[in-house]
Amino acid sequence: MDAIILQILNGLDKGSAYALIALGLTLIFGTLGVVNFAHGALFMIGAFCAVTLSRIITISHEVVDESRTDFLGNPLKVDVPYVHDWFGKETGDVIIDWAVPLAILFAIPIMILIGVAMERGLIKHFYKRPHADQILVTFGLAIVLQEIIKYFYGANPIPTPAPEAFTGSFDFGAMLGMEANQIIYPYWRLVYFAFAAVIIGAVFAFLQFTTFGMVVRAGMADRETVGLLGINIDKRFTIMFGIAAAVAGLAGVMYAPINSPNYHMGMDFLVLSFVVVVVGGMGSLPGAVLAGFLLGILESFASMKEIIDLIPGINQIIIYLVAIIILLTRPRGLMGRKGVMED
Amino acid sequence: MSNSNLTRRGLLKTSAVAGAGVALPTIFTASSAAAYTNEPTGSTVTLGFNVPQTGPYADEGADELRAYELAVEHLNGGGDGGMMNTFSSKALQGNGILGKKVEYVTGDTQTKSDAARASAKSMIEKDGAIMITGGSSSGVAVAVQALCQEAGVIFMAGLTHSNDTTGKDKRANGFRHFFNSYMSGAALAPVLKANYGSDRKAYHLTADYNWGYTTEEAIKSSTEAMGWETVAAVKTPLTQTDFSSYIAPVLQSGADTLVLNHYGGNMVNSLTNAVQFGLRDKQVNGKDFQIIVPLYSRLMARGAGANVKGIFGSTNWHWSLTDEGSKAFVKSFGEKYGFPPSQAAHTCYVQTLLYADAVERAGSFAPCAVVEALEGYEFDGLGNGKTLYRAEDHQCFKDVLVVKGKENPTSEFDLLEIVEVTPAEQVTYAPDHPQFAGGALGSCNNGA
Repeated sequence: MDAIILQILNGLDKGSAYALIALGLTLIFGTLGVVNFAHGALFMIGAFCAVTLSRIITISHEVVDESRTDFLGNPLKVDVPYVHDWFGKETGDVIIDWAVPLAILFAIPIMILIGVAMERGLIKHFYKRPHADQILVTFGLAIVLQEIIKYFYGANPIPTPAPEAFTGSFDFGAMLGMEANQIIYPYWRLVYFAFAAVIIGAVFAFLQFTTFGMVVRAGMADRETVGLLGINIDKRFTIMFGIAAAVAGLAGVMYAPINSPNYHMGMDFLVLSFVVVVVGGMGSLPGAVLAGFLLGILESFASMKEIIDLIPGINQIIIYLVAIIILLTRPRGLMGRKGVMED
Repeated sequence: MSNSNLTRRGLLKTSAVAGAGVALPTIFTASSAAAYTNEPTGSTVTLGFNVPQTGPYADEGADELRAYELAVEHLNGGGDGGMMNTFSSKALQGNGILGKKVEYVTGDTQTKSDAARASAKSMIEKDGAIMITGGSSSGVAVAVQALCQEAGVIFMAGLTHSNDTTGKDKRANGFRHFFNSYMSGAALAPVLKANYGSDRKAYHLTADYNWGYTTEEAIKSSTEAMGWETVAAVKTPLTQTDFSSYIAPVLQSGADTLVLNHYGGNMVNSLTNAVQFGLRDKQVNGKDFQIIVPLYSRLMARGAGANVKGIFGSTNWHWSLTDEGSKAFVKSFGEKYGFPPSQAAHTCYVQTLLYADAVERAGSFAPCAVVEALEGYEFDGLGNGKTLYRAEDHQCFKDVLVVKGKENPTSEFDLLEIVEVTPAEQVTYAPDHPQFAGGALGSCNNGA
């Protein structure tokens, strides 16, 4: 029983990341009709926003420490961050420690800007082209973005720890009156799940309860009619692209402490996120979120030792297996609507 | 305006004549014959450095390339000579190899076997490389080693730790200076026993590929031999990035030690996840929970950051060693590049010197002469103490370092501290040891 609770918990944070990326993918597909393979790269860039901010915060000047020597026997040059000089060591350390949460504020404008630039600069030229062309150009863009990041940050993962306050794990087992250490779960992953829930809620509320959201939804349903009513739907869709980019970016920022960011982390998530979108139903926002969590949890279950012993290799194929079964039984996905990508 | 004189028969005739014409020079070279593949005839000799320049191990590849460039500089008489001054053999004069200036070409393995074979093949066939060296993975090493055997050139392996490289996949034309999984297990076991006792329950997470299996087997057998119990060994996909679902059940299993048979990005992520789960703050079976990383590299330690503190592992070489060879190498590398070399850089530099020295001693670039010069060769002064290139399997036998993540690093390169230098005898095994069974060295191939 406790193993099952544990894997459900585990699936939640992975599911959160899938859901956030898939949500952005679906937003873009629903509004602009574009299959955006560069979406994983946006998630990766988000994580690198966290890396960049923590580098900016720790910009340092060298102080020579005569009492110690470096590897060549010269006096050791110690890097002292400017924030130590400006705010004192204690406050400076707190700022450095909280770099990842601070990066949320840093990432939002950057991601929106990147999203809008991507849409206006490249993707808008592909609206009327076949989906295959869109996939090729966005996939190419993803590779370009990846290589740019690698050029500046190298190929190695870069540790980006969560604030000290969130290290360690929460003992759910003890809370539920079970034996200690049976169900533990890292604090930061709880934060990630809560954060994802807030973002998903905010996106839905934005689309559901604002005039802007109403127009976007109307545009998703019938772009032509909304255009005929004199509403500049293109501009709104561009903004939605920016918002989708920001959602992916924020998912990346908060994911940085879970796995040290590297240049190809976007690709690792992209393929699975597409499966999530397809399983959830192309164009369905609730479907994307539901499928994200569902597949995240299933993936966790499939990596239990007992299950691997029973069916070797199941951990590597479970998501695709489930996708096949769902598409065979429900060809439009869990919550897909009629008419999407069926013409 | 199209030419209608072209017939099928005519085309066939022309192609046959053209084909024969193209093949002619090759026929002549084969019979007028170089004695061996890519015999250097001019005043230069070309070495092929096959390292990952793109892909996840690109940084490690870049460090290997720096070491190769330094070795070439020293061989040609430039710089301060580095370890050539401390090397027990004095055959190298700083005038290239056998008086020929050393030049090099590079290839990109991408850490993919097929790409590595393609780049090695191109360096051999197009650039005339007489020796191929480098790489950052056992899959690549095994693939390129087999290719070099067929082509008739020498392969001096770079970073490859799987037992199989000099075990079931060994080849007469291939040589490995780097240590292997068995040696890691043999070196780590006594240190683990001294620090954590002989009553431990270990849980293994193992990368699902060749290197993972041999490392798991090596660590399991050496820890079980000292009384530890292996509770479970779970394979994790090589492409896995989030290991939480594999780490969460560890505590439930009753294990008090986690062994991460992971390398590169796998190791960075699994260790980071394990520390996030707070495993190291837990108490199980009345003991502090411990994590072990059998193979450490500095580049990985950098990726994992503060998470490596206090964690035991093994390494082939470390820049903080104080023998004369290591000091000379760290000095020339550090002055040229501004930071200390990694173990990957060290093994690549040493392999280049060893090859050049063998050619000098043999008086020939012919692969079979080089093989003979390296087999059973004993040397010193290259950073690992007295070393033997064993004739039976072309594996170097030397001291192995047991290291620990440093508590107070002074820089981003100062992440590991040496806990023990395990003497070579303790990590030496019989050539027919079960972990290395199967496969045969075969005979050397001069190619051409």
